[in-house]
Amino acid sequence: MASKTVQAIRGTSRTLKLPIADLFVQQFGSGAPVLWLHSEDYYELDLPLIQKLAQKYKVIVPWMPGYGKTDLPETVRTVDDLSYAYLDLMQKLKLEKVRVVGFSMGGWLANEIASKDCSRISKMSLVCPLGVKIGGAYDRDIEDIYYHPTATVQGFKFSNPKNDPMIPKELSEEEAFVLARAKETTAKLAWDPYFHNPTLKYRLHRVTAKTQFVWGARDGLAKPKYGRAYATLLPKSEFVSVPGAGHFPHVEKPDSFDPILEQFLR
Amino acid sequence: MEFYHFTEFPWPYLPPDDEFTSMRVNLPSSVFDPKIGADLYHSYLDQHKLADELGLNCMINEHHQTATCINSAAPLSVAIAARETKNARICILGNPAANLRDPIRCAEEMAMIDNISHGRLECGFVRGVPYELFGSNCNPTETSSRLWESVQLMQKAWSTHDGPFNYEGRWIHKRQVNVWPRIYQDPHPPIWMTGGSDVNHATRAVESGFTFTMFLTPADGMRKMFDGVRANLKKKGLPTPADDLFAFMPLLAVGETEEEALKYVQEVFWYVTNNKAEPQFRAPPGYVETPLYANFLSGRFSGGRTDAIRTKGMEYFRENGVAVYGTPDSVAKQLKSLYKKVGGFGHLIGMLHSGDMPFKHTAKSMKLFAEEVVPQIKDLGTVSSSLGPLKERGAPVKASKFNGRTDALAAARDSWFKKQTKKAKAA
Repeated sequence: MASKTVQAIRGTSRTLKLPIADLFVQQFGSGAPVLWLHSEDYYELDLPLIQKLAQKYKVIVPWMPGYGKTDLPETVRTVDDLSYAYLDLMQKLKLEKVRVVGFSMGGWLANEIASKDCSRISKMSLVCPLGVKIGGAYDRDIEDIYYHPTATVQGFKFSNPKNDPMIPKELSEEEAFVLARAKETTAKLAWDPYFHNPTLKYRLHRVTAKTQFVWGARDGLAKPKYGRAYATLLPKSEFVSVPGAGHFPHVEKPDSFDPILEQFLR
Repeated sequence: MEFYHFTEFPWPYLPPDDEFTSMRVNLPSSVFDPKIGADLYHSYLDQHKLADELGLNCMINEHHQTATCINSAAPLSVAIAARETKNARICILGNPAANLRDPIRCAEEMAMIDNISHGRLECGFVRGVPYELFGSNCNPTETSSRLWESVQLMQKAWSTHDGPFNYEGRWIHKRQVNVWPRIYQDPHPPIWMTGGSDVNHATRAVESGFTFTMFLTPADGMRKMFDGVRANLKKKGLPTPADDLFAFMPLLAVGETEEEALKYVQEVFWYVTNNKAEPQFRAPPGYVETPLYANFLSGRFSGGRTDAIRTKGMEYFRENGVAVYGTPDSVAKQLKSLYKKVGGFGHLIGMLHSGDMPFKHTAKSMKLFAEEVVPQIKDLGTVSSSLGPLKERGAPVKASKFNGRTDALAAARDSWFKKQTKKAKAA
């Protein structure tokens, strides 16, 4: 139906030199700002949903340093460190009343940012965010992506491993290099402590923005139980489950996921 | 040339091959029976005593969470060898310096061992194979820089004798570092490092005056690395490194006949055929250089050195110098040819035991090697004319006699230390 066809919006991009790290930033559309924080697997960088949102919002997409555009400086060792670069970015772009959307490690980053300064943020949608420790010392909150064989890890991340966008892909040398660098960056930031900051949860009460947790009901990487407990650490949070989806509901079940996000951002 | 006996302290009694996926990281310890294991430890420690009696040196290593090596705390068996042997140089290769949370503890252990052995320690440091990162939980992206920082801190700790110093570096913070006992060798024992494909790392090791070691590497690959180091040093205007800054470890077996040697080397070959690991254990992100890791991710590079060599036969191993075996004359010939092929090395570590190879087989192979091979090749190679970083050395000198490193190094160490003292006084 022609009326539903979305006109592709060509974004602009630039590399911002910030004191903590250089950030490559794309921008699509105009309107109220949406800060789009991609996951460690960066499927979100070319998600069709960006185009849809850009019809209504100014979608700002910074690429985390180390994920294909700029390098992660040696002085940035943690997501906590990295969050200051994003605070600088929001200040530099004079962003106000930002809607933050963060996926997995990007959701962790969102909480690191918002727990430091929430004054520029109006609401946050966090999709299967990582970043805190919920269980006891012997509990594996987040499955170990380094220890298990690739197929098992895909099973953790997707309700049907065939939905992994990486699978059918033959990687060119350049793509393989970017992927290798990205995985190295993830390891730098999340090998130990494993995908969390042990002290983050003790400052999440500072996140005053309304926050939505969206979780794939079949997320095997971090179970919905983890997500529900995580959500209770924020004062103004709600929890939404996406049936039939794993850790990346926006990739696996866009028909269910997209309306949930769009409605929340309104 | 110097010669070292090596056993990796294997646990050889494995479940059927299809019942486990990896020798490394996740093989449950229920596979290990302490009643048998206790005897195994003694049998392996006896090999060090035998090596000493035969005039050989010992190399001792460590690995974790694996049946390939139950020597999970090498300083313990090195300490035992320090007490039980009389003449052998004892080379620990090595302390997993990148994964150690406390390098000063390591410096203390080494200092004690160096004293107990009256200065017979050769002190190696390794980054550790990728499997080690799971047990140690060390971040693979940090291991290279942690290794160098740890080693440099230990060198400083060993050579500081005027009380405590403070250290706040990139990865390590220490207050009041003041290592006791003072280490026996001055300024410290010879240092060794290992390496794979990173020629810059190898260059840095040799430039620092460390012995660079490669294990089970086909001759072509070894030549490429050793030549790469020599070329890099030349570019920097440094003297040609002596052969004793390069070491190599092949599988090694000597028999009275070709048949006997083949039987022995097949027993040692257990290490190669059984060294299986799940692919993800071999390639944690950041462990190897990015382009190599990219090739692993895209499938352009699937296995590793061990995988490639697992699938090829024994003759391939012999042709490439990875397995050296035969009658004494044949082994001497193979080693001379290998020495030439790779442009020289000064230490040969023989993996003379593995799997459930009976002690008497290993003992016979060791004896034939020590008595009939070593005399034929001991004069191969040059030794460094001075200790300390390469830039402070003179020209390499020819090894004059068996165990020449011990004497030549002692002399070199004295002269270097005297120079340092003089310099310090002048300043």
